Amino acid sequence: MLQRTDASQRGELYRVKLAINGAPHDVEVAPWVTLLDLLREGLGLTGTKKGCDHGQCGACTVLLDGMRVNACLLLAVTCDDRAITTIEGVASLEPTAGGGLHPLQDAFMDHDAFQCGYCTPGQICSAVGLIAEGHAHSRDEVRELMSGNLCRCGAYSNIADAVWQVLRDGTAGEGGR
Amino acid sequence: MPPTAISQAPGFVGRPTRRVDGPLKVTGRAKYAAEYDAPGLAYGYIVSSAVAAGRVLAIEADAALQMPGVIRIFSHADRPATATADKAWQDEVAPPGHPFRPFGSDEIHFALQPIALVVAETYEAARDAASLVTARYEVTQHRVDLKRERATAYDPPEKRAGIPPPPAPRGDFAQAYADAPVKISADYVLAPEYHNPMEMFGTTVVRNDDGKLLVFDKTQGSQNVKAYLAGVFGLPEGDIRVVNAYVGGAFGTALRPNMSAVLAVMASLALERSVRVTLTREQMFALGYRPHMEQTVSLACGRDGKLLAVHHDAVSGTSPFEDYQEAVVNWSGMLYACANTKLSYALAKLNTNTPCDMRAPGATSGVYALEAAMDELAHAAGIDPLELRIRNFSERDGNTDKPYSSKALMLCYREGAARFGWSRRQLAPRSMREGNELVGFGMATGVWEAMVVPVTAKAILSADGALEVSTASSDIGTGTYTILAQIAADAFGLPLERVTVRIGDSALSAHPVEGGSWTAASAGASVSLACAKLKEQALARARRMTNSPLAQAAMEEVAFTDGRIALAGDAGRGVSLADVLRASDLGHLEEEASFTPDEKLAGRYASYSHAAVFAEVRVDEELGVLRVPRLVSAVAGGKILNPKTARSQILGGVVMGLGMALHEEGLFDHDLGRLMNHNYAEYHVPVNADIGDIDVLFVDEHEDKLGHLGVKGLGEIGIVGTAAAVANAIFHATGKRVRDLPITLDKLLG
Repeated sequence: MLQRTDASQRGELYRVKLAINGAPHDVEVAPWVTLLDLLREGLGLTGTKKGCDHGQCGACTVLLDGMRVNACLLLAVTCDDRAITTIEGVASLEPTAGGGLHPLQDAFMDHDAFQCGYCTPGQICSAVGLIAEGHAHSRDEVRELMSGNLCRCGAYSNIADAVWQVLRDGTAGEGGR
Repeated sequence: MPPTAISQAPGFVGRPTRRVDGPLKVTGRAKYAAEYDAPGLAYGYIVSSAVAAGRVLAIEADAALQMPGVIRIFSHADRPATATADKAWQDEVAPPGHPFRPFGSDEIHFALQPIALVVAETYEAARDAASLVTARYEVTQHRVDLKRERATAYDPPEKRAGIPPPPAPRGDFAQAYADAPVKISADYVLAPEYHNPMEMFGTTVVRNDDGKLLVFDKTQGSQNVKAYLAGVFGLPEGDIRVVNAYVGGAFGTALRPNMSAVLAVMASLALERSVRVTLTREQMFALGYRPHMEQTVSLACGRDGKLLAVHHDAVSGTSPFEDYQEAVVNWSGMLYACANTKLSYALAKLNTNTPCDMRAPGATSGVYALEAAMDELAHAAGIDPLELRIRNFSERDGNTDKPYSSKALMLCYREGAARFGWSRRQLAPRSMREGNELVGFGMATGVWEAMVVPVTAKAILSADGALEVSTASSDIGTGTYTILAQIAADAFGLPLERVTVRIGDSALSAHPVEGGSWTAASAGASVSLACAKLKEQALARARRMTNSPLAQAAMEEVAFTDGRIALAGDAGRGVSLADVLRASDLGHLEEEASFTPDEKLAGRYASYSHAAVFAEVRVDEELGVLRVPRLVSAVAGGKILNPKTARSQILGGVVMGLGMALHEEGLFDHDLGRLMNHNYAEYHVPVNADIGDIDVLFVDEHEDKLGHLGVKGLGEIGIVGTAAAVANAIFHATGKRVRDLPITLDKLLG
């Protein structure tokens, strides 16, 4: 239940309880603050990226109770009592790859599935969600179901390879250094 | 001093190597410009012009100023003083003209031009207040329709530095064309394209207590932005430092200093506090772009396919205030051998911001038209399109009559064709099908200038044996961090983890903007030279050590491995670098070195990278639905430093080329003079599902005139030719020639 905590000149603030990457956060937030801006500006979790702020590019993809969502399209106040996983917490979901990384993180490096790196956190969170959904059974389906995440550097085929490999094998494999 | 940096084996150079910045990027720890925090950070939000041409009569900001949290609203009517001379606003890569000055006057040159900046305590307050700012305008007639403005086209009086104007005519085009047995002539139209890197422009200005500014900016040149900001605001160079450690894509759009940097610094100086300004995706469409282009190409050949006449004319859009120029038609005078050529290029003023170099500027546009026309000529002559190109292979650059420093394009043709299965192509269009789909094979040549520029780099060896190399370069996703680490690691025989690469900071050694595909060859060479110089110093100190086993050793006789210098044939006879430092009583060893292009060689040779692109398209015969299931890009780019990141560079170019061929199109409302599709939902870029198999192969090419690394750079060659290969494949599949890009469903069915 949301509690209105303040009716100061800055506008009404609401108290929101979030579990972000397993850690409880108790924040006061104006009702018009998006989850994305709360993460980036309010909590310093800048791993989640802003690419359009309109739900058109997927750069801000995070996991909300395990489902992939665009954080720019969610108001923070609607996320009370929800669990959020951002790129900063993805590794702790399945830290099986080298260096305590998630297999997808390792696979992205192995397949060179990024260049500038700006869409990458969203791609990886989206891929975590995709695998959990269980709808993708081929590389072509991975391509289709990863199409909500734009990559202007054009790393698409490497992204498809990385995600498909983890989906199929559960690991990043040994494709390079 | 012979550079020895990349001669040692086994090493990292030439081997597929993971990006050294990968761990930071896959964990979200790589910080981009808008992600730095500062105490008391204020937020700026830009208000954009609603009209395309005219004058701002009044900014009405009272309601916005009433909003809680709003600090101040800047506009042309209320802003701190800035430099008055154009020269101060002319950055390192500015074209001729009067550079745009945000809030410079009441004049409106283009829609979405910034007219006000709302600064507030929070991002939300600034955004909401900005929505309350309105303006009254005096509206004048805008010009955004290049087709109409073609009649007003002019030869730019002042030429842009570094861009060769079209060469003078050779032979007699008109006579040769008239007499030739086979000829074609056609118009090719390109829609404006927008770079749209995933990271929107943003600048965080952190103001220190002493008033000095640390500017985190999205740019391809920290030193370019620093010099520009210092000039614009009259700041001592020592009072400003620009950092761009990570750049979320750019593709050319961050070559010139951006409005977010100007406005953030303006607000920071006026308010004496730290400020962040970020653009919206809509505002990203108010930046420089790949210009509209209207082109006419006329080609003629003999029955044998030998080119007899080449004419290429292009008219490109530019802004009302600058003459942006590219080399568009020049490629038609050099890519194939021909004695009779006539090339011309003109500009028409449009109410847009000044176009800005976008991935292989000029070549992407011009070579598209040439290579589509070559396909038309091949069809007219009844000759295989690949064979036509081979028959017209140029051994010298026709524009300058210089020999090529290297040109393995023939290998690209042969190996690319073999990999693709070009021999299975039926000559006649519309002759291949599978089920409901028409199948087409198309190909095109790609070419891009291979350039090197002066770069200075520093190398520092610490007592613990770790090596740091640095230069004010930028990595916009290109892999610069990684290749510099590879080069440095090989120089000292170190594992990659022992090497730190520092780039993206104006405080580092001199480096021009990162663009033109020159960074790998130039920054790479400078790092290699700095390492070589550092090794000389280390060996000289080692020789002087008491009872040194290396007392008589020359550089050729020693090897640097794992923090030691030892005789090449006797690893036991050597000293550790830590001991060298200790003996010299130094905490570290340091050298700086500059790479300078050999102007004499550059005067004698023409240097280009080349590619041959082969594409298969499939078109649903009834629905017109089109896909590109596979594409082969065979590239001659000199020595490949890192096949893994090099391949990605080409993939990226190809994907943007597919966007150009099939998706990307800025659509203007000619009544309002505004772009209609200024967002990712309506300005289509390729998505994962659009991209089929892309096979990249690098052919063997030995280059020794462009610096000792033998590298040509790969950031741009991947896009050149790609759109033409796809368009030509579409003709081959359907028999329908669509010359206006992008080739969308309506054009295919219409």
